[in-house]
Amino acid sequence: MNGSVIKVLVAGAAAAAFATGAYAQQEATGAGASFPAPLYSKWAADYNKATGVRINYQSVGSGAGLRQIEAKTVDFGASDAPLKDEDLAKKGLIQFPTVIGGVVPVVNIAGIAPGQIKLSGQVLGDIYLGKITQWTDPAIVKLNPGVKLPDAAIAPVRRADGSGTSFVFTNYLSKVNEEWKAKVGEGTAVNWPTGAGGKGNEGVAAFVGRLPNSIGYVEYAYVKQNKLTYVQLSNSTGNFVSPDDTSFKAAAAGADWSKSFYQILTNQPGKDAWPITGATFILMHKVQDKPVQAATTLKFFEWAYRVGDKTASDLDYVPMPDSVKAAIMKQWDSIQDGSGKAVAYK
Amino acid sequence: MSTLPIPPAQSAYLLAGAQKNMPPPRNFKISGVLADRLFALLAHAAAWFTLLILLAILVSLVVGAWPAISAYGLGFLTSSVWDPVQNEYGGLVMIYGTLATSLIALVIAVPVSFGIALFLTELSPGWLKRPLGTAIELLAAVPSIVYGMWGLMVFGPILATWVQAPLQKLFAGVPYLGALVSGPPVGIGILSAGIILAIMIIPFISAVMRDVFEVTPALLKESAYGLGATTWEVVWTVVLPYTKTGVLGGIMLGLGRALGETMAVTFVIGNMNQLDSVSLFAAANSITSALANEFAEAAEGLHQASLIYLGLVLFFITFVVLALSKILLMRLQKGEGARA
Repeated sequence: MNGSVIKVLVAGAAAAAFATGAYAQQEATGAGASFPAPLYSKWAADYNKATGVRINYQSVGSGAGLRQIEAKTVDFGASDAPLKDEDLAKKGLIQFPTVIGGVVPVVNIAGIAPGQIKLSGQVLGDIYLGKITQWTDPAIVKLNPGVKLPDAAIAPVRRADGSGTSFVFTNYLSKVNEEWKAKVGEGTAVNWPTGAGGKGNEGVAAFVGRLPNSIGYVEYAYVKQNKLTYVQLSNSTGNFVSPDDTSFKAAAAGADWSKSFYQILTNQPGKDAWPITGATFILMHKVQDKPVQAATTLKFFEWAYRVGDKTASDLDYVPMPDSVKAAIMKQWDSIQDGSGKAVAYK
Repeated sequence: MSTLPIPPAQSAYLLAGAQKNMPPPRNFKISGVLADRLFALLAHAAAWFTLLILLAILVSLVVGAWPAISAYGLGFLTSSVWDPVQNEYGGLVMIYGTLATSLIALVIAVPVSFGIALFLTELSPGWLKRPLGTAIELLAAVPSIVYGMWGLMVFGPILATWVQAPLQKLFAGVPYLGALVSGPPVGIGILSAGIILAIMIIPFISAVMRDVFEVTPALLKESAYGLGATTWEVVWTVVLPYTKTGVLGGIMLGLGRALGETMAVTFVIGNMNQLDSVSLFAAANSITSALANEFAEAAEGLHQASLIYLGLVLFFITFVVLALSKILLMRLQKGEGARA
């Protein structure tokens, strides 16, 4: 009897080992940025339905995603802030953008409709520096002739947690406000001169919704879903633009993706370009210890670029332009297995 | 006298077996001794393992924080700069926030819990005791994020409109007091966090207090009542001295919870690294809140090490609080001996 039990156990273990072996080819794991997480999850679910392949994505934050891909605990990492080309080379990584999103300043002022308030980058920076403290400040009044602004203090709200959204926002402020660049700078977390900190996009949205005369910044999807009062911003051409798919796409089109994917889309040229735009990125190792998983990952993103645009639009992300997609897939040819052979994903 | 060949435990067993005139079950005897030894070994191992884990946590915290420790040393504790862009870190703001919110929580929670426990054990009518006691215990089961959301959405605005604004009017121009309530009426900050923490730890403290109040011998209380003491006098001079160790234990339990609470604090403290304003209504930051907010996005190197350093500081604060309470308890017990 004992013998038969052992036989069954051994057979079971062998079957299990075989199953995981076969299974491993059919899944890939990624971790990182929380901003694109809803989209990656939806893509993964759709992809699983279409092909039976499982893609696991853990929304742990861009910084943690970067740590995990460096430690090779995941097959791909995801980050809202792109890595500089020299850092990529040093770490043996490649990066490519997946979708574009916009960061949008929102306000809560009684009687003001979405898009009614116009701000410039300089003024926005001064508000977050604590230099402009009243809505009736001459600089704001000058941009909004005829708009009835409240005689009240501005309550700035910003992200408390480190985030890609803050990176894009502070990167923009550094480009358009000299004092911001000198005093605060850019990063996923900075030393904020003023403002209450909300946790996550939802935290900032809740604060702004609750505090009269407040201003905050959130991802575009939050503005659309919660019908928040967004502001118009002047872009690099001096044109005032509203945040929507077209203005985000215009910002992406202005970037030169052909040389490097290190593109921060803030303050882009183009008269329709929304000035606070950013892409979100995937990171992979150039030389793969696990070429099977790498191929699975690439197949997944190839599929996402091919058929996933509608899903992205439905979730209020902006898909990459076709020319950029072509450049991305060209770059994939440089991903190799240990022997120097390109990882086949087609 | 020569040593006995049979160990005392076994001889007792044999003796018992002989007395009852029954053959001793041999297998049981041996396995019983073995099981005893095995159990003792496991119990020992479990105790040592706990210590080992504690030590391992300490070591890994020190190792993780080492870049920050070697860069800043103890100066980290007194510097209030926290600038991830310039890569400069100091923990004073968070340490102050953690201590201040926990202190406010204790100042509010201890008297209230004392009142609750007093009411439940001495004053409450019998039919109310159980439902009320259960309701307070249920408060302890509410997830902390619920308190955080409630604090942000409901309690914050109430505090801003009905407490801060009137206080600001009242203290306008008064030195110190005016500064204590200054700032935009946002309803988030040190005081909100302290009050939310107080609400969260009241169930813990009052449950412990009630339990220890209940074990006070009825004889003592009735003697006091018989001498004509009022309820207050009985509680203050008989019940409280009798139960002080338990009461202190309950307070320390609450303080431990307040020091370590994360989510609820993150929601209502404002997460602002500043010490320019001493206002109770100013946004601040706490150690746990900073860790929760920044760890996921912290770049490797000094930022991450500084966050771990903060964790080490919190570990140390909790340890000191625990040690102090032990010393206090020992003092109290010594005092008891002297009086007796």
